[in-house]
Amino acid sequence: MTIYQQIAANKRRTYLFMAFFVFLAVTLSYVFSLAGGYDLGFVFSIFLVSLTLTIVSFYTADQLVLAISHAQPADKKQYFDYVTVVENMAIAAGLPTPKTYIIDSPALNAFATGRDPKHGVVVATTGLISRLDRSQLEGVISHELSHIRNYDIRLMTLVAILAGSLALLADIFLRGSWRRSRSQERNSAGPILLIVGLFLALITPLLATLVKLAVSRKREYLADASGALLTRNPDALAEALTIISENSVALNSASPATAHLFFANPFKENQGLSWLTQLFNTHPPVAERIRRLRAM
Amino acid sequence: MNNLTLVFGIVVLALLVFVWSLYNSLVRLRMRVREAWSGIDVQLKRRSDLIPNLVNTVKGYAKHENKVFTAVTEARSALMKATTPQKAAQADNQLTGALKTLFAVAENYPELKANENFQDLQRQLEDTEDKIAYARQFYNSNVLDFNTRIAVFPNVIIARQLGFKEEEFFAADAAERRKVDVNFEE
Repeated sequence: MTIYQQIAANKRRTYLFMAFFVFLAVTLSYVFSLAGGYDLGFVFSIFLVSLTLTIVSFYTADQLVLAISHAQPADKKQYFDYVTVVENMAIAAGLPTPKTYIIDSPALNAFATGRDPKHGVVVATTGLISRLDRSQLEGVISHELSHIRNYDIRLMTLVAILAGSLALLADIFLRGSWRRSRSQERNSAGPILLIVGLFLALITPLLATLVKLAVSRKREYLADASGALLTRNPDALAEALTIISENSVALNSASPATAHLFFANPFKENQGLSWLTQLFNTHPPVAERIRRLRAM
Repeated sequence: MNNLTLVFGIVVLALLVFVWSLYNSLVRLRMRVREAWSGIDVQLKRRSDLIPNLVNTVKGYAKHENKVFTAVTEARSALMKATTPQKAAQADNQLTGALKTLFAVAENYPELKANENFQDLQRQLEDTEDKIAYARQFYNSNVLDFNTRIAVFPNVIIARQLGFKEEEFFAADAAERRKVDVNFEE
């Protein structure tokens, strides 16, 4: 597939996922309200409250992520190459220059955050900056900038909010179903529906996580393709991926909450393990990413 | 109102909606081209601003290299006077060639090469040239989008009447592209 076709395909798939999520939310609310005898309005309002709470945190997420990762602003004099690479890639993408940060670590990794291009932030480890040459660094940074430009961060946050809200909904339903009053039982739709409701409540968080991960992986391919389009040099990005995957130092300040934001899986990749375990990877396998890049 | 009038009315309405949305999308694309151009312009100006400082620094060590200084200064004023993207691209090429000669000549003066101000200016100029290259890439892709949009059917029928003309790429005209001469002679 050409770069353009990759981008188009990924965008389509993501919209499908989003539609599926919304469908899931509406269906589950409906089933829970039937099974538990709750007023549909009550269930939906709980869903909306959790949505609102998470949207508020959406605006403070940037600073939070930077603090968790111990990132510091990058000084242009000290990191001239890194900062100018970020500036130049932003020019190539037609974006305002994002703020540049570094993490002092021998690990090789980078990430981007920012709900829209005007609030973009790019972070790279000092290990990465010293290990890669300029064109490889350009590949990595263009991948990160593509995340910002494609509004991936906003999408991932949106998906995380939906997943979290669904999980919360399922949780409330589970707790509520053990302690229902007599009067509510008369309104509920029978034991079979209750069992269905319980089953859905149990697997909802699981499904939500799987969809979140699937969207995250598709987005990584899209960012690879968009980045290659910016630099016109997919091989340099493939080289950077090879170098990074061969380096085994784990990044200490990464956490499961922030893992999906990083360029490469900060935890040792689950290679050679079963398909089911691979479903829980936040990133697609490196070998596959390199194969797609070399084919462009 | 009979059926024929109704059908006619709907067709006219559809055409109006088409023209309206075409006009707006063309305006948006043209705005992007203008904005992308200002991105190039900013870098060209930055480069022009660095030149006087560079020439003075080199003159401090290599007073007699007059041909080189003249070439650089002429190319710089050509760039500042350029009115269209094509003229600017040509002047940009001319300046790049003149600067290449300047830096090649500077190789003969080790004290100049060791001068920190000179090194800093050299690095900044290289960086600006990189930025011009990327800004050009972005600008040209926007020009391509716009030019394509006004050339395809059925847009091509009314684009001109709506007042949209093709935009120029930031690229030197092939016929006028001169060979870049790196001259080591005195």
